[in-house]
Amino acid sequence: MTGRYEQVMARKGEIMKRALGMDYAQFERSPIAFDYEAMMFSHGYTLEQIRSIQRSAGVGLTPLLELRNITDLVRSYAEPGRGARIFVKDEAANMAGSFKDRRASMSIHVAMQNGFAGVIAATSGNYGAAVASQAARAGLKCIICQETFDSRHIGQPEIVEKSRICEAFGAEVVQMTVGPELFFHMLELLEETGYLSASLYSPFGVSGIESLGAELAEEMIALTGAPPTHVVVTHAGGGNTTGTARGLERVGAYDTVVVSASVDLSGLHMASDTDFNRKSFTTGHTGFGVPFATWPDRADVPRNAARSLRYMDRYLTVTQGEVFYVTEALSKLEGLERGPSGNTAMAAALSLARELPSDATVVVQETEYTGAGKHHWSQLAFARAQGIEVRAGDPAESVPGKSIVIPERPEQIRAHDVDLIRLRRSYIRNALNHAPEGYSTTPEDVIFLAEDTNTTPSAVEEVIAELRAV
Amino acid sequence: MPPYVVRVKGCAMAEAIRCDVGDWVEVEYVLLSAADRAAGIPEDTAAQPLRAWVKGFALAPGMIGDEVSVETMSGRIVRGHLSDIEPGYTHTFGAPSVEIVSIGRDLRARVAAYRSRDGE
Repeated sequence: MTGRYEQVMARKGEIMKRALGMDYAQFERSPIAFDYEAMMFSHGYTLEQIRSIQRSAGVGLTPLLELRNITDLVRSYAEPGRGARIFVKDEAANMAGSFKDRRASMSIHVAMQNGFAGVIAATSGNYGAAVASQAARAGLKCIICQETFDSRHIGQPEIVEKSRICEAFGAEVVQMTVGPELFFHMLELLEETGYLSASLYSPFGVSGIESLGAELAEEMIALTGAPPTHVVVTHAGGGNTTGTARGLERVGAYDTVVVSASVDLSGLHMASDTDFNRKSFTTGHTGFGVPFATWPDRADVPRNAARSLRYMDRYLTVTQGEVFYVTEALSKLEGLERGPSGNTAMAAALSLARELPSDATVVVQETEYTGAGKHHWSQLAFARAQGIEVRAGDPAESVPGKSIVIPERPEQIRAHDVDLIRLRRSYIRNALNHAPEGYSTTPEDVIFLAEDTNTTPSAVEEVIAELRAV
Repeated sequence: MPPYVVRVKGCAMAEAIRCDVGDWVEVEYVLLSAADRAAGIPEDTAAQPLRAWVKGFALAPGMIGDEVSVETMSGRIVRGHLSDIEPGYTHTFGAPSVEIVSIGRDLRARVAAYRSRDGE
């Protein structure tokens, strides 16, 4: 007997083909390789067109701020001659309060161009607010599927706030309990309504972030005479890293080091009903960051446009307590009260800037709005109510899901490097595992895997040989 | 049936529990019973049904817990158990955590000390 879940999932291919407004099959080259750049350019928008679409949607051109007080704070404890200048792109100044407006504006543009009556997105994050806001401006219907509650009907304050803002912009919000079947229900709704799937991972959505990378490089050139030496990007599904890095390249900032950063939530299972409310970050964490880096095509599109391993030069993790500390510091030292999730890269930037020479420039490329629920105070109060130990001390002692340790001094903020060689290997293993049984990789596959992991064909061949030998 | 918030519209503490046609309400429904859930999900999640809540305009009068249909903001008709009438939001900023309150004072002092040391 086939249940409702299996029946809907069996129709996934046909539902998505209609709902995405494009056929991904044209880009497939083999069971492993596909033409990534052809897919990215399939929407046919140049950077100038993206900027023009976004300007008429009221998106982008956010302030780039130098954080002189934060910079001096880092210099107060860095080795002599160290302590890079720190800047932030205040993306909270976008209409719905985050850089996600850039993605959403492109999805809504495509929906309008193709005559869709509405859009649907599955997201518990800022993207829902962005899609709802842009849909309201365009006069489109909007449904947001949101994983909101555990089985006790208790919701993270940050996610409950996201329900509120989506509804404030006139979206229908379907709030659900924990589980990956969110995707199944999204398919049902796409089938029922005929709306566009405004996926976070479409080529046009991810290309919408290219304007952010381009803007910040141009603004830094105007301000300091050169593109930034480093850009730090809060990393979850990979779109932020991918789009920003592509935008930097579009304006010739090839030497800028792209540093991805996530909150360390290792040990917590993202689909677990009991773990769900034991985390204080609902995005920008390793629970998305690592699996999406090592297998991007787990997304709600046949091929994910966000392929972070192509673009990240380093991947840093920070703890929940460090991000809360830096969120408070940003507010008190710079007069910039912003949401904690968006400050993940800020916490990593403080650690990074400490290592770098004082003439280096570090741009944190986003902030997000804050408010009731989406605030470090309410997050800490909620964590305590869930039985999480919150204390001051050395953040290195924190255990995700058990304790949050707020640093006592800024010197204790120490980001940790994730081993990219291990991530690349894991990605290659996943790619091989998703090919049919007995499939042998071709030279074209090897080149694709090398591009997709930002490494060399010979390094890929070595990994493949090792994996085959096991 | 799960316990529902018992409330009358526009009056947070009252005991009446009825909505009229056209009222802004919330309904709860089961999307997948525990037995129908996806394979491979963690045991604690698999033991629970997948539930959903959506808000809309009531298409019939009803009491909390009754099955009613609503018309959502996108114009869909959704049937479920009436779970709230004029549903609002109660999330807050909360109180400052003791570990957080001194950060601003301490860091401002450090920046000032660094600048005076540097002769700025």
